[in-house]
Amino acid sequence: MADMTAPMAPVDTIARAYLADVRRKRMYGGILLVLFIAMMASGFRLANERNAGGFWDGLPQIFDFPSEVVSEAWEKAALLPALFVKFSPSLIETVNIAAVSTMIGALLAVLLALVSTRGLARWPALIGLFRRAMDGMRAMPEIVIALVLIYILGGGPVPAMIAIAFHTAGALGKLFSEVAENADLKPVEGLSSVGAGWLQRMWLGVIPQVAPNWISYGLLRFEINIRASAILGFVGSGGIGYDLKLAMQWGQGRYDQVVAIFILLFATIVFFDQISGYLRNRLSKGQSNGHG
Amino acid sequence: MLLQVQAVTKTFGQKTAVDKVSFEIARPAMIGIIGRSGAGKSTFLRMLNRLTDATGGAVLFEGRDVLGLRGGELRAWQSQCAMIFQQFNLVPRMDVTSNVLHGTLNRRSTLSTLFNIYPEADILKAVEILDRLGIAEQAPKRAEALSGGQQQRVAIARALMQDPKIILADEPIASLDPMNAQIVMDALRRIHEEDGRMVIANLHTLDTARRYCDRVIGMRGGRIVFDGSPDQLTTGAARDIYGADASFSEAATSTSIEALDETYAREMLA
Repeated sequence: MADMTAPMAPVDTIARAYLADVRRKRMYGGILLVLFIAMMASGFRLANERNAGGFWDGLPQIFDFPSEVVSEAWEKAALLPALFVKFSPSLIETVNIAAVSTMIGALLAVLLALVSTRGLARWPALIGLFRRAMDGMRAMPEIVIALVLIYILGGGPVPAMIAIAFHTAGALGKLFSEVAENADLKPVEGLSSVGAGWLQRMWLGVIPQVAPNWISYGLLRFEINIRASAILGFVGSGGIGYDLKLAMQWGQGRYDQVVAIFILLFATIVFFDQISGYLRNRLSKGQSNGHG
Repeated sequence: MLLQVQAVTKTFGQKTAVDKVSFEIARPAMIGIIGRSGAGKSTFLRMLNRLTDATGGAVLFEGRDVLGLRGGELRAWQSQCAMIFQQFNLVPRMDVTSNVLHGTLNRRSTLSTLFNIYPEADILKAVEILDRLGIAEQAPKRAEALSGGQQQRVAIARALMQDPKIILADEPIASLDPMNAQIVMDALRRIHEEDGRMVIANLHTLDTARRYCDRVIGMRGGRIVFDGSPDQLTTGAARDIYGADASFSEAATSTSIEALDETYAREMLA
């Protein structure tokens, strides 16, 4: 016990040193707060001057478009169920693009995560390389990849799927790797001690620990990808995004379709969010045990 | 009557964890609750602090039922009834003094907590309490950098910072080695004797209960099966509490260094 044998510093010296420390931290905190507020204020003024219109002039009109859309849809509310049926096939196409790209992206992400996590990596020297590769995958906007691929492969769901999967691999790989970094290494050590190979150690020692978090990140990514796949419809990859583009383009008299599409997308996100919660609960309940 | 516990019950689904526990404490004392794992000791202490809601019964402290408190009154009660945990339950990444200052949270506004601002008088008092427990020089360190025994003393310091009327200790020494266990139990006893605070400690070793407590309560299967002075706690009574047969040896549950003598070691190895 070091603290019992070490010479005791007088209490007031300790207290004074601690108080000085606290005052210094408070001062730094105060300076940072002032800087933050100053930067936000000046940044806002700069951005406002560069805007075509003014922020304060435009503010009251911010709800003009949504209210127009909603009021028009309200008048034609009776048509909504028919529109839901009409748009269902393209919704399914959009969800399909998202599901396939999430699955392919997540599989790639698992591999990338395991080879880029300190303490787990198969080739520790290459951790940096794999991390930079993931950075690159994340840096590329999906829409740019999709546009290039549509130019080469022609319009349709395949370019969108590849574009989203590419981005997903980078994004999920980083999150998966961060989860795996916090995994307990004791089971891995235990498996090493019986002579298990790298894949065996990962499969039995790491995956069961991180699975609940990975699945919830994967499902969150799936939600994001549904939205991404809808946006890619705007540039010609089909799905509900294409319908949304048409409905909004035609302007007059089509806002009920816009609302129907948004309701469908919202319902889809809620549905998958519920499933995600259910799956996560079931996975983590298997691990918990009662306490005494 | 200081504390009256009346038929306090807790059920989890079909299972009754605490079954109509009743006892009274007339004046501040050091009380040990013993019993094997699952006897309901932890659940009972957690109900006193209101971390867990009771299913039935009443706990009167100075004549007021604390089981029915809500909102601000509930939090005020919790600040008067400090809790010490087996796993210390400190904020690992904050420094020791900040952890001790958390004892004043019930009196602090949320805004000053967000900016981590505490009055200087409180900071000085926190360091003073740390000094009383012999760990003042750890004041600026992160809580996670300390050994188990030191962390438990930080937790006791946090409890003292609350200036509580009761200190509840849930297996305070179960994760500590014998040396640190003794330091922590000595600290709890001293707090009781010097400050006159009531201490209720869940313990899982008989000799600790005998050595430090004025009164011992034995629980088994959620019920009180023993309530008396340490002298009345015979080996027979202990067997009742733990539901053990004649092979039960007190040395086997002991954490004191003397009890683990060679005879016992040889017996275990045979």
